[in-house]
Amino acid sequence: MAAAMTTAPLGEPILEIRDLHLEFHDHDRPEVAVADFDLTLHRGEIVGIVGESGSGKSMTAHAIAGLLSRHALERSGQILFDGHDLLHCDRSTLRHYQGDEISIIFQEPMTSLDPLQRIGMQVEEALRIHHKELSAGERRAAALSAMDAVGLPDPQQVYGMFPHELSGGMRQRVMIAAATISKPQILIADEPTTALDVTIQAQIIALLRKINAEDGTAIIFISHDLSLVRQLCHRVVVMRQGEIVETGTADEVFENPQHSYTRMLIDAIPKVVL
Amino acid sequence: MEKKRTSPLAFIDRLPNPGLFRMGALITLAVVLLVVVGLVWMPYEPTAMSPDRMQGISAAHLLGTDKMGRDILSRVMYGSRVTLMVALGTMAIGAGLGVLIGAFAGFYGGVLDEIVMRVMDGLFAFPNVLLALVFVSIFGSSTTHVMWALGIAFIPSFTRVVRSEYVRIKHLDYVKNARLQGASNARVIFVHMLPNVRGVLLSNLMIGFNNAVLAEAGLSFLGIGSQPPFASLGQMISEAQEIFFTVPSAVLGPGIVIVLMVLGFSLMGEGLRPATKGLD
Ligand SMILES: Nc1ncnc2c1ncn2[C@@H]1O[C@H](COP(=O)(O)OP(=O)(O)OP(=O)(O)O)[C@@H](O)[C@H]1O
Ligand SMILES: [Mg+2]
Repeated sequence: MAAAMTTAPLGEPILEIRDLHLEFHDHDRPEVAVADFDLTLHRGEIVGIVGESGSGKSMTAHAIAGLLSRHALERSGQILFDGHDLLHCDRSTLRHYQGDEISIIFQEPMTSLDPLQRIGMQVEEALRIHHKELSAGERRAAALSAMDAVGLPDPQQVYGMFPHELSGGMRQRVMIAAATISKPQILIADEPTTALDVTIQAQIIALLRKINAEDGTAIIFISHDLSLVRQLCHRVVVMRQGEIVETGTADEVFENPQHSYTRMLIDAIPKVVL
Repeated sequence: MEKKRTSPLAFIDRLPNPGLFRMGALITLAVVLLVVVGLVWMPYEPTAMSPDRMQGISAAHLLGTDKMGRDILSRVMYGSRVTLMVALGTMAIGAGLGVLIGAFAGFYGGVLDEIVMRVMDGLFAFPNVLLALVFVSIFGSSTTHVMWALGIAFIPSFTRVVRSEYVRIKHLDYVKNARLQGASNARVIFVHMLPNVRGVLLSNLMIGFNNAVLAEAGLSFLGIGSQPPFASLGQMISEAQEIFFTVPSAVLGPGIVIVLMVLGFSLMGEGLRPATKGLD
């Protein structure tokens, strides 16, 4: 397989990260999590972020999604979206975009859903928060169509179920349905397939590609799995110890890695998969 | 497609110990029945005195009469109502405020949390009886004031468990997720988190209710709280001490109802508790 679709349909820039710097101060010595991070995300683009564990991928994602804790974290730089700096704006501005224009899905579909709330309620949550003008019936209809779009079988029935009644793959689909119900401009996926088996992984990747193609949603795809990144992403950012060591189109980076660290990561891909 | 209808009692079978819960619920139901019947019908006026003093059990007086010739069964029915109201009121105040304070302290953390928990520690260290005495001596002795005094004394225990649950679950993915969808803090605290602490809250309510019944009984035994001739169960026992050997039912009647109230809620609480006790 490995039908690398790497022709980037470059739209206008929608997110600009400038000189992002995040530093923890909760231990004796300050710890730099992200440094000198620059990235411009264009409409309809899929950007992959790769790098070893602890290289700052999740911190960067959290910064964009507005999930940085307020305590003990020094931040500088800018994350510009729709005329606001998401890194420094107040919480209500942030909330305005969260879940509506910028959504995130996590690695663990088993714990990312509220165990006591029905699936339908959770899929609709973003609408309930951001689109109060919708009636309950309209919300339900939107949820059912979002659940259908992510390939959940029998959305009508799943709508009334609880998370523990679903498999991991189905839960991740639910997460994606919830994250995309309000057609966000940016979807951040932090290792969305790590907890899933290989077949389901491939399905989720296909789903992300479909969301990107149909809705023009820009995706930031974080993964350890370079073969997945190669399949899915237009552009790749390679991180190491909080800094970008290399960036370029997926083809450039994979065919002709400039940095020894990148080469090492690529060499670590099991050849069977590629 | 509708899900098939399930009985509203079906949840009992999913509890860790449905048998205990059922037994507790039955006992509680019996006590509630006594109170409810008492609302519409009692054999005699609970405060009506008669010349038939200190009678034993008879057809006319199923539990006999006290030293003023009042019908003990009627007084037990009335006293149960008072005790139940005080216990429920205490729970409403203690749990209501305790949950609110605990939720905010746990969710926001930081300095607010520190201050709140130190105040709670102080309040917790203050003996309930002493607090009630202070309250009653300032505001006067009445069931309402006892209810408030006990309610406030009960706040820390709820604050503690709720706070620690909030601290535990606020970093869980689904709570993070709710925040990332743009939910306001209030929505996260009450819509997303509160339902997920209901387990500990429920068993704490059961324990709290018992403590409230016993504390009220203790206080009214000491003469704090409801004023004669409107007696709560504890007060009835206190008044009946001297006639215990003549009319045992004067003590046993209210005593058994207190035991049943406490037992019912304890069993229900035990039924809710997962069988993990021996494990830790
Ligand atoms: N609360 C914290 N205090 C101090 N340092 C932290 C804290 N949280 C994260 N870090 C540091 O920030 C750095 C970046 O972590 P991050 O989670 O972004 O890595 P990652 O690239 O997502 O790793 P993984 O692939 O394992 O998910 C790490 O070096 C980590 O030690
Ligand atoms: Mg990570």
